[in-house]
Amino acid sequence: MSKQEQHWDKTRNLLFVTLAIWFVFSIGIFLFGAEMEASSFRPLGYPLSYYMTCQGSLGIFVILIFWFAGRQEKIDEEFGFSEREDD
Amino acid sequence: MIKGKFIDNLPQVYGIYTGGFLVFIILMAIAEQAGMSAKLIGIFFVAFTVGIYAIIGWLSRTLQVDAYYVAGRQVPTVFNGMATAADWMSGASFVAMAGGIYFKGYGYMALLVGWTGGYVLVASLLAPYLRKFGCYTVPDFIGTRYGGNAARLSAVLVLTVASFTYVTAQINATGTIASVALDIPFGVAVYVGLASILMCSMLGGMRAVTWTQVAQYIVLIIAYLLPVFWISNKMGAGFFPHLMLADEVARIAELEAQFGLGTVKNTAADLATVPKGLAGITKAHSSVNATPWAFISLAVCMMAGTASLPHVMMRYFTTPSVKAARRSVGWSLFFIFLLYSSAPMLATLSKLSLMDPTLTTGIIGKSISEVQALDWYQNWNQANLMFVSDFNGNGTLELNEFFMGGKAVVLATPEIAGLPYVISGLVAAGGMAAAMSTADGLVLAIANALSHDLYYKIIDPKAETAKRLIVARVLLVIIGFAGATIAALEIQGILGSVIWAFDFAMSGLFFPLVLGVWWKRANAQGAVAGMLIGLAVGTWYLIHVRTGGTPIWGVTQLTFGIHGALASLVSMIVVSLATKAPDSATQKMVDEVRIPSGKTVLGKQH
Repeated sequence: MSKQEQHWDKTRNLLFVTLAIWFVFSIGIFLFGAEMEASSFRPLGYPLSYYMTCQGSLGIFVILIFWFAGRQEKIDEEFGFSEREDD
Repeated sequence: MIKGKFIDNLPQVYGIYTGGFLVFIILMAIAEQAGMSAKLIGIFFVAFTVGIYAIIGWLSRTLQVDAYYVAGRQVPTVFNGMATAADWMSGASFVAMAGGIYFKGYGYMALLVGWTGGYVLVASLLAPYLRKFGCYTVPDFIGTRYGGNAARLSAVLVLTVASFTYVTAQINATGTIASVALDIPFGVAVYVGLASILMCSMLGGMRAVTWTQVAQYIVLIIAYLLPVFWISNKMGAGFFPHLMLADEVARIAELEAQFGLGTVKNTAADLATVPKGLAGITKAHSSVNATPWAFISLAVCMMAGTASLPHVMMRYFTTPSVKAARRSVGWSLFFIFLLYSSAPMLATLSKLSLMDPTLTTGIIGKSISEVQALDWYQNWNQANLMFVSDFNGNGTLELNEFFMGGKAVVLATPEIAGLPYVISGLVAAGGMAAAMSTADGLVLAIANALSHDLYYKIIDPKAETAKRLIVARVLLVIIGFAGATIAALEIQGILGSVIWAFDFAMSGLFFPLVLGVWWKRANAQGAVAGMLIGLAVGTWYLIHVRTGGTPIWGVTQLTFGIHGALASLVSMIVVSLATKAPDSATQKMVDEVRIPSGKTVLGKQH
C-alpha cells in the first residue's frame, strides 16, 4: 500500500471516530430526551436534557473539533504531508 | 497601507478598537446620567458603530482578484474564527433566538444543537479539503472537481436560491433595528441598512468583509453578554449565570405549576383579540416537550445545512493553510458557543423576572391596571411587542393573560430588569452588527458566484482583472437592491426564512460537496442530477406541505431538506454508477485534495 493510501486510511478512520462521537451527542442522546429529564444525574443542578441542549452538546462539539484537528495534524506529520509554511 | 503591517498587528489593532468601544459605552452612560435622551443615545450607538465599519471597508479597498475573493488567503486562525462567528450569527440568532427558547423550550433547542453540531461536519468532511483545492467560491469547487459548465451552473443555482432566501431575512432584520434605533419608517430603514451593508463590502470584497466582521463580532458579543451578566447579578441569581441558574430553572417550573400552565386555556375568541405576532407562555420552560423525531429531524437539517451554506464555507478559503482552516473551524464554533450558550440563560432570566411575584419586576399576579401603568409596558405595548388583557375579568394578571413578541426577550429584558437605557442602545448596535455581518457574507457569496463562476468562467473567460472586479461590484449592488426590495415587502418572518435557507442548501449541495471529496467515483452527471433533483424535490415538498398536503414521515415545512437531501443522495449515486467513471486526471485531482502539503489544485490567481 502506498504512503498516500495509508495516509487516507488513517484519515478515514479518524473521520469515522469523529462522526461517531458527533452522532452520539447530536442525535443519539436526543432519542432519550424523556429519560435524560428523569435522570438523577444533574450537571450543575440543571435537568440533564436541559443541560445538554444549552451547553453540554455544544461544548462537546467545540472540544471535538480541536481534538480532531490535533489528531489529523499528527497523521499528516507521520506521513510527511504537513504544509511547510504554517502560521 | 493596510497590508503586511496590519496583519502582524491584528491583536493590538482590535485590542485598541475594543477598548475604544468600551470607552464609548462609558461615555454614553455618563451622557445618559447628564440627561441625554434615549432616542439620541440609540442614534449615537448605531451611527458610531456603522461609521467604524464603513471606515474599515474603505481602508480595505483592493484591486487584486485574490484579495477581493479570498482576502489574499492570509487571515489568521483566531481572527477568521471571529469573522466566521459574525458571518454565521445573524440578526435572527441575536434578536430572535432567546425569544424562541423562551416560548418553545426544549423543542426549539434543536436549533442550538443543529447550528453548532454542523461545524463538526464542516471541520471533518469539507473545510480543509476545499481550502486545499484553492477555489474562490463553492461552485468553483463543484465546477472544477466534476468538470463542465452544467455542474458549475447547477451549483450557482442552488447557492443563489439558498443564500437569497437567507439574505432577504437579514436585510429585513437590519431594517427593523435601524427603524427602531433611528426612528425612521421601515421602508426607508431597509435602504439605510442596505447602504451600510454595501459600504462594508463593495470596495474591498472579501478582505473588507473579513475585517469588518471581526469588528462586528466584538460589538455583538459585548452587546449580548453584558446584559446577561448584569441582569443575573442584579437579580442575585449568580455572578456567572451559565453555571448558576439551576435554582432559577427549577423555580420557573414551580411557578408554572402554581400558575396553572397548560391547565388554564384561552378561548379562541379571547385569543383573537391578541395582536398578531405576539404569543403567551404555553410550553414548559425546561421539560422535554418534543418527540425524539421532531427534535432530531430539525437538528439534522440544521447540521447538514450548516455544512452546505456557501457564505460559511467560503470563510475557510481565506486561511493561510489547510491546518489553519481546520483549527479555524474550532475557533469559529468557540466564538459562536459564547453567544449560543448565553441565549437560554437570557431566556431564563427574562422569564423569571416577569413571572416571579417575589421579585419587584414580577408582573404575574399583580393587578391589570398596575401593570398597564408601568412605563416599560407602555413603551413595548406601543411598539406592538407586549399585550395584557383581563380575559377572566378578575382584575389580576394571570400567566395566560400576558403576551409578548419573540424579539422582546432580547430587546426589552434590559429595560424590564431596570438596566439603564445605554444597555438598550448597546443591544441595538449589537443586533445591527449581527444582521449586517451575515448580510454582507451572503450578498458577497451570491455576487462572487455570479461574477466568478457565471461571468468569468462561463461567459467571458478572457476578461481582464479590472473588468472582472467591476462586474463583481455591479452584481453586488444589484443583488443588494433586489434583496432590499423583497425585504421591504415583508413577506415572511425572519426566522422562518432562515430555516428554509438551510433546507434549500442541504437539499442541493450537501451530498455533491461531501461526495466530491470522499467518493472518487462521483462524476459530473451524478453531481448535476444530485443538485437539480435534490433542489426540485425539496422545493416540491415545501410547496406540498404549505398547500395543505399530508406530511410524509412527519417532515414539516421546516425540515423539508430531509426529503431533498435523500433524493439528492440517491440520484447522485444511481446516475454516477450508471455513467462513465471520472477520468484519471480527475481522480488524481481528488488524491491531491486529500493531502494538505503541496500546491493547491487551482492556482493562486485564477
